[in-house]
Amino acid sequence: MSTRLATGGRLLNTAKPLNFTFNGKQLRGYEGDTLASALLANDQMLMGRSFKYHRPRGVVAAGPEEPNALVNLGSEGRFEPNQRVTTTELFDGLEAASQNHWPSLEFDVGAINTHLSRFLPAGFYYKMFMYPRSFWKHVYEPFIRHSAGLGKAPKARDADTYEHFHAFCDVLIVGGGVAGLEAARTAGRSGARVLLLEQTNHFGGRAPVDGGTVDGKPVDKFVEEILAELSEMENVQLRLRTMGAGVYDHGYVLGYEQLTDHVPENAGPRHRLWRIRAGHVITATGAIERPLSFAGNDIPGVMLAGAMRDYLVNFGVSVGDRTVLVTNNDNAYLTAIALKHAGLDVPAILDARVLPQDSELVAQARALGIRILMGHAISAVKGGKRVTGIAICSQAGEGAVLEEIACDAVAMSGGWSPVVHLWSHCGGKLRWDSKRACFSPDVDNPPKGADGVGFVTTAGAASGMFPLDDVLHDAHAAADGVMTTLGFKLPRDISPPNAARREEAPMAPVWMMPHGAGAKLREKTWLDYQNDVKVSDVRLAAQEGFVSVEHAKRYTTLGMATDQGKLSNINGLATLAGALDAEIPTVGTTTFRPPYHPISMGAIGGGARGATFQPLRRTPMHDWHDANGAIWEPVGQWRRTYAYTRGLESTHDAVMREVKNVRENLGLLDASTLGKIIVKGPDAGRFLDMLYTNMMSTLKPGKCRYGLMCNENGFLIDDGVVARIDEDTWLCHTTTGGAESIHAHMEEWLQTEWWDWQVYVANVTEQYAQIAVVGPNARQALERLGGMDVSKETLGFMDWADGTLGGFNCRVYRISFSGELSYEIAVDASHGQALWDALMAVGADLGVMPYGTEALHILRAEKGFIMIGDESDGTVIPQDLGLSWAISKKKDDYLGKRAQARSHMADPERWQLVGLETTDGSTLPDGAYAVGEGTNDNGQRNTVGRVTSTYHSPNLGKGIAMGLVHHGPDRMGEVLSFPGVDGKVYEARIVDPVFYDKDGEKQNV
Amino acid sequence: MSDPVSALKNIFDDTGLVRVSEIGPIGMVTLRGDLSDKVLGKAAVAAGGVNLPEQGQCNTEGSQGIAWMSSDELLIMCPYADVHARLADLQEKLAGSHALAVNVSDARAVFDITGDHLREVIAKLAPVDMHPDQFNGTMFRRTRFAQVPAAFWMPDGRSARIVCFRSVAQYMFDLLKDAAMPGSEVRHYA
Repeated sequence: MSTRLATGGRLLNTAKPLNFTFNGKQLRGYEGDTLASALLANDQMLMGRSFKYHRPRGVVAAGPEEPNALVNLGSEGRFEPNQRVTTTELFDGLEAASQNHWPSLEFDVGAINTHLSRFLPAGFYYKMFMYPRSFWKHVYEPFIRHSAGLGKAPKARDADTYEHFHAFCDVLIVGGGVAGLEAARTAGRSGARVLLLEQTNHFGGRAPVDGGTVDGKPVDKFVEEILAELSEMENVQLRLRTMGAGVYDHGYVLGYEQLTDHVPENAGPRHRLWRIRAGHVITATGAIERPLSFAGNDIPGVMLAGAMRDYLVNFGVSVGDRTVLVTNNDNAYLTAIALKHAGLDVPAILDARVLPQDSELVAQARALGIRILMGHAISAVKGGKRVTGIAICSQAGEGAVLEEIACDAVAMSGGWSPVVHLWSHCGGKLRWDSKRACFSPDVDNPPKGADGVGFVTTAGAASGMFPLDDVLHDAHAAADGVMTTLGFKLPRDISPPNAARREEAPMAPVWMMPHGAGAKLREKTWLDYQNDVKVSDVRLAAQEGFVSVEHAKRYTTLGMATDQGKLSNINGLATLAGALDAEIPTVGTTTFRPPYHPISMGAIGGGARGATFQPLRRTPMHDWHDANGAIWEPVGQWRRTYAYTRGLESTHDAVMREVKNVRENLGLLDASTLGKIIVKGPDAGRFLDMLYTNMMSTLKPGKCRYGLMCNENGFLIDDGVVARIDEDTWLCHTTTGGAESIHAHMEEWLQTEWWDWQVYVANVTEQYAQIAVVGPNARQALERLGGMDVSKETLGFMDWADGTLGGFNCRVYRISFSGELSYEIAVDASHGQALWDALMAVGADLGVMPYGTEALHILRAEKGFIMIGDESDGTVIPQDLGLSWAISKKKDDYLGKRAQARSHMADPERWQLVGLETTDGSTLPDGAYAVGEGTNDNGQRNTVGRVTSTYHSPNLGKGIAMGLVHHGPDRMGEVLSFPGVDGKVYEARIVDPVFYDKDGEKQNV
Repeated sequence: MSDPVSALKNIFDDTGLVRVSEIGPIGMVTLRGDLSDKVLGKAAVAAGGVNLPEQGQCNTEGSQGIAWMSSDELLIMCPYADVHARLADLQEKLAGSHALAVNVSDARAVFDITGDHLREVIAKLAPVDMHPDQFNGTMFRRTRFAQVPAAFWMPDGRSARIVCFRSVAQYMFDLLKDAAMPGSEVRHYA
């Protein structure tokens, strides 16, 4: 059984016990525990079930590489699935529950799959679920969805907050082990700004676990001293619980800081995403131990040798009373030695190698009385939910059992792989290190910046340097080199610390144990624990032709689980190489992508939630609208009033009331959101003639003109009224959504194409509150305010004038988008609400009512005015909309002119704008298509037109619509059929698009 | 004319790591033109009441000042009540040259934040190196705060003035309050 020892546990504070639950069971740990160590201390070796076969699984590692031990953590607003017990710090009140089983962890019905595993090989889903096609949606998909999935999806709203932080430094160091610390010290001495991130809650990495001496002192003492030194350096910042998640172009790095995961009662954000710009990145990310591939290597109790040492030294936890060590290298002997020193039994060490003579560690182990079997291997592990023993065979053979040993834990080590993820994220290349049997960073091919120079350097074990002395020297040299590249000067007298060296015998690559294992053993030998990929699956993939490592990965799902194959990657591709009779380096690796370890979605979103999810733009009269029944409509990022409802009135009724009131009395519209761009300069007229399809240079000061804007492909992009302010100044109104984009469009042409034209533009949209005063009583209302002459004679249709109204300095435009007598009044935004109030007051007995955007739409549709975004959709040209009158024939050029002359644009077969009127007065469905004769190549009915705008007009008492119809204007009076999605077929007659006041008499009074 | 009303009616919050207050309205004029032109330079100095700033800088004196916005744009600041007069004077002085001067006082919202943690509050929202060695003195930065454009400078070591568009004033206020949430100290510049 696994248990807490009486002594040991360098990271524990045994004075502070903590209570937590696992599957509802009350358990106890200490401050400093991870959830993994606390579970093991409580003999909870079985922690979850595997994804495909529902095999019982225990923890196999002690860090972020853990594939098995994932739990549902917390509850309600703090519930989170798939949390690794090895990276979860224990806190008082922690609630964890195991995943992927039914009905319980101990008894799981799904475990039947393990007996069916012969029938569930690699590619099973692809093979099984192909036919019949009709089963895809209703049989296979529900089945797969039911079977798949690890943790549960959270249902409650996240109770925590998150934030981002932008940080800058000369050197970013990822990893706070001895290599990272030494690199930080070296870099820090040069005076550079250094930021170091460490993913765990303590510095030093695994060096204090593995032991050794630096400059004659124990390594943990060395760590203490270097930390003290770093804390004195103002230019060095150290961050615990912050993982370097990804390296991107231009020295951009994401860091993931976990602030309150271990203290959920604390105030403040839960996670902080660090968005770092670094002059150079040093990755001191260490190395990950590899499992060995033998039958039954997934049974709970089989653990990485290094992890077992971590639990023992860091947390005082023994995984088993009798542990067999199986290895291909010297380093793993440290585990056997540590176990022995802790008073635990190590019945045997199985070393796949045959060493000519004992190396230092082998001799130490032998001296402790441990039985060492050279050239031996595990044939199979015994046990179900827990290791009960192993069968021994010779590594060279096929697995014939020589002996069985009873034990309750197996420590395995297949060698170490440098953590090259961050090096590789941005294109750093790898080379195969045959001596250590691992991929190491290829220093000649680092990820390069815009200047062609590498911007990531590895340090320590991440470089493939494993002995402590090599680690420290490499880290020192890495930082030294980086500082020189960056132009910093290091003090001359510094040299790297020296660690005592230990003579180690070379490791031997072992990819299958025993070497000649047959099909039966291979079927029980796991590569990817989380996704249940076995040696047999990878071999099958190779046999079926998946020779590329990227294809084999996807076919078998090797390395595709939430651990992204940190343990399985190298073993998997070595297995593939073996099956293909290829060299490992020629098979290559799969792609390393960020994040290194899963980060929360909350951290990615940061503060963008609730009120700050998205900027919401408000006009100066927003609060008034809100207090007066506004139903809001998003228009770009603006909120505009769709309609103002009164009491229990429905939105539809409000719209109908508003539309009628504008035609009969007086309406006020908040038009502040419409874009307003000042264009000024000696070449402004010529510039606007290029931007608009019609002439703007000939407009007289004091006058307004409606204009259309196209892009260079001829398509309509914006429209609006242009006013000429003075000899060289124009004011262009744009659509609400177009203000910023048209401003940018203007700047782009001025800066890149017509850079020598003397024109300046300024977007003054938000400087003004603009109120449309519309209806037969509009003039009377303004006259009551008084201050300027707004008569027909002085301020005619399409005139504008500056003046005062009711004491407000304003600019009044006599323009109409409704066909009514209409003034648009612009005042400085800080006075907008006051003017609105004044208009409401003087209009009180003139029947004044505010109206919203839907009334605006109906009013314009009654007049046959187009709306950008309704009648236009990016494929429509002005000629389609009967707007040829607004296209100047006199001008040599304007943006879009050449495009509009192309054969397809000038084609008389293009659909044209017409009015549509249902034969029964009903309202056509929006977006409905008119059907024609016959079918197209896809067997669909041919279409001859579509509805672009459709409303019920309360003034006309019937449905009105506009649409684009094939040969439309030539087919007046024809009736078209529009099948609706409601199953009905609507009949509508083609009519003139102007439904109301065709001669424009009402706006011209 | 009514009394001018700023977007958030001078709301403030002092429950977090910094005090956030909406101030203003403040008089602001966008001036575009050839910044090396002597006539324009003199006119701008007269309107802003301070010397012309260098690239990326601003010169301010109480509520008046000039900020460098781009290679052909300045932001002139003054008391709100003075802006029409100063703009008219500026336009008159520039009548003969190719330049654009427009009133943008009402298009803006202005916030002051004060407190020990203001640098990290800004760094949570804007991609700016807020280390005291890197952002200091009369520096003026056009940038973004989360999802909206904004500009800011530090009139003194303990406060920053932030300018954004009027329509997103509430968003900016909410952002600053969130970033100053108690317990969210970063202590990166300590």
